[in-house]
Amino acid sequence: MRYIVLFFILLIVWLVLTFDLTFPNLLVGALAAIITTVIFGPHFVRDVRKFFQPQRYLWLLIFLIVFVWECLKANFDVAYRVLHPAMPIKPGIVKVKLNLKSDIAKTILANAITMTPGTISVDLVDDILYVHWIYVSSFDPEIYSHKVAGRFEKYIKRIFD
Amino acid sequence: MNDLIFKILISIGVIFNLFGCIGLIRLPDVYNRLQSATKCVTLGTCSILLSLVFKFGFSEIGMKGIIAIPLLFFASTVAAHALIKGAHFFGVKLGDQSMIDDYEKDKEKKSKK
Repeated sequence: MRYIVLFFILLIVWLVLTFDLTFPNLLVGALAAIITTVIFGPHFVRDVRKFFQPQRYLWLLIFLIVFVWECLKANFDVAYRVLHPAMPIKPGIVKVKLNLKSDIAKTILANAITMTPGTISVDLVDDILYVHWIYVSSFDPEIYSHKVAGRFEKYIKRIFD
Repeated sequence: MNDLIFKILISIGVIFNLFGCIGLIRLPDVYNRLQSATKCVTLGTCSILLSLVFKFGFSEIGMKGIIAIPLLFFASTVAAHALIKGAHFFGVKLGDQSMIDDYEKDKEKKSKK
């Protein structure tokens, strides 16, 4: 089942990328998709039923809007720190505990954290995420866990878990 | 109108790429430099790619621009993660201004056990 879903996703990406609906192109695309599916199929999402639940796509849309807004804020924040003559930075590595279960959810959260205000995910050990933070504003784990991961965690839990 | 949006988006993209490069030179250590290199440069390049949609519409070029955005996003975040983990693994020290390093502490704890 999941091999079929992966195959169609890859075929659609190929068709959009080449933008050409002739038979030879379709054939080449199908061949490439089959090869990719055989190699990477075992690493794909375990439970493919998640792809057919429409509420997940709704949450994905909301998440994307929140994410783009946070991303813009992150950029102005970093640009401000870079251009300020005194460079107001207090860097450090802190650890954040995650409440997510599936691997894909953790991966997406780590990527989202990398793109948001002054944080890069360094390493993930079980469910503890180490985050490099350009401006450590507090040393209380409760407060900074919420500041770093809290904004996205609830959306990602609904989309991927 | 579309032409105006196209020009504005390209300008934003170039300006943010410039900020990213300034940060790359000014910030003190590897970890902080990666911060500016991933954030500003990714947004700048995404903005330039998005501007293609306004110039060329949903044609061959515009769609390629849209597909390149998620690819660039995942590539840059994963590359930043790999670089920062590698730097820590090979013992690159955090800069003098650093406040806290939980990762180092936990690694030491593990090696003692």
